[in-house]
Amino acid sequence: MDRKTPLYEVQKNSGARFISFGGWELPVSYTDIITEHQVVRTKAGLFDVSHMGEIQITGKDAVKALNRLISNDIAQVPAGKILYSPICYENGTVVDDILIYKFSEEELLLVVNAGNTQKDDEWIRSQITGDVKVENLSDKYVQLALQGPEAEDIIKSILDEDTELPGFFRFKEVSLLGMKVLLSRTGYTGEDGFELYLWLPNSCADPEKLWNGILDAGKDKGVAPVGLGARDTLRLEAALPLYGHELSEDISPLEAGLKIFVKMNKDDYIGKAALSRQLDQGLKRKLYGFEMVDRGIPRNGYDVIMDGSRIGYVTSGGLLPTLNKNGGLALLDNPDLKDGETIEIVIRGRKCKAVLVQLPFYKKKYKK
Amino acid sequence: MEIREGLYYTKDHEWVRVEGNRAYVGITDYAQDSLGSIVYVELPEEGKALSKDEVLGVVESVKAASDIFAPISGTVVEVNEALADNPELINESPYENYMAVLSFENKDELNELLSPAQYEELTKGE
Repeated sequence: MDRKTPLYEVQKNSGARFISFGGWELPVSYTDIITEHQVVRTKAGLFDVSHMGEIQITGKDAVKALNRLISNDIAQVPAGKILYSPICYENGTVVDDILIYKFSEEELLLVVNAGNTQKDDEWIRSQITGDVKVENLSDKYVQLALQGPEAEDIIKSILDEDTELPGFFRFKEVSLLGMKVLLSRTGYTGEDGFELYLWLPNSCADPEKLWNGILDAGKDKGVAPVGLGARDTLRLEAALPLYGHELSEDISPLEAGLKIFVKMNKDDYIGKAALSRQLDQGLKRKLYGFEMVDRGIPRNGYDVIMDGSRIGYVTSGGLLPTLNKNGGLALLDNPDLKDGETIEIVIRGRKCKAVLVQLPFYKKKYKK
Repeated sequence: MEIREGLYYTKDHEWVRVEGNRAYVGITDYAQDSLGSIVYVELPEEGKALSKDEVLGVVESVKAASDIFAPISGTVVEVNEALADNPELINESPYENYMAVLSFENKDELNELLSPAQYEELTKGE
């Protein structure tokens, strides 16, 4: 039985269709995916992403202990900032890709993929050492995302007191609509925007009031609720990886093109030796972007052919609504291919022409 | 959700309009609404002989590809080429935009299809 977020009833009443994702029953769309996609690109879209997991690490050794589990470097990050990082296995493949909110040297909050929450919790507990406490707080947070060019003005209009909004990949606690909310300038759409964490044990926490309050405040600016369907097309256009597709227990972050999140000039961490070897020996495969030339929609798992032989597979694909083209990402067994080279995608037994293109498909509009 | 009189239906949400020995096949209003924006339609080849329940074509929405099955046995004598360039026509008017026309002989198979009332009952249960 899939779990439901505290906003399930509100969404159901507003016409959402639901699908099963990562053990949750979540809204896939409210109107239609393409319309919702455009709303985020041109105005602002509100997402319920309460399925995301939150794991807190506290204690004297928090930073040092977590740093031994991640490929990026949380020690170099000041309090109030957020770090994106893969967590790797010893062989360099990926346990999960996460955001780390650094409250202080002794308090970190990890935001993890819904379907990986339990696995991550167990992995972290089994690997972490030192004076730390690990706590899975996922059930206690409601998480919303407000994404799009109007997001900033909408958030400003519901703040209880005038305060500066956090900059890119920063967070702060604010009071809005009478509630304490952890507000970060992050997202998964390629647009400027925010994620809001509501701590449910707070007596003032009211998820429905937050959800409806944002929709009301943004009504004149064209805000609309957006489902998981558009979340996927938006992140695909921005070429942001999705765990289980571009990253997995079979793929290293280097192969997925995430080299800037893999640090070699820091103390030892799980997977460092394997990743270092990959860098020394050169990658055997690499993630590419492609656009379809022939008709047809590429989907996850479809084979990719070049010069008559299979060279890899599609990790994510579909309509890229802003470009009005079909395309996707593919993991190919050749790290030296160039933009403009022709590949073929096998769609239901038919070989369909596609061409490699530069990533991302859609240039991110972050406010840095 | 519109369910038209005078058509046959399947539990897989296809409709069939019979004119003589020609059967027009498309997907229902309920089907297009559940799929959402349709972005690609794969049509069968003309001349292809299909048995009942064989894959006749594919309709892809943004989120997924769905096989469309032949509601009855027959030979493909015509396909709706307009859908190749404008797959969204199915969203706009599902009952005007058939996918293919099957020439059929076995009228008995029509008896296995659903009436509008039976189909309405089915969609209420989903």
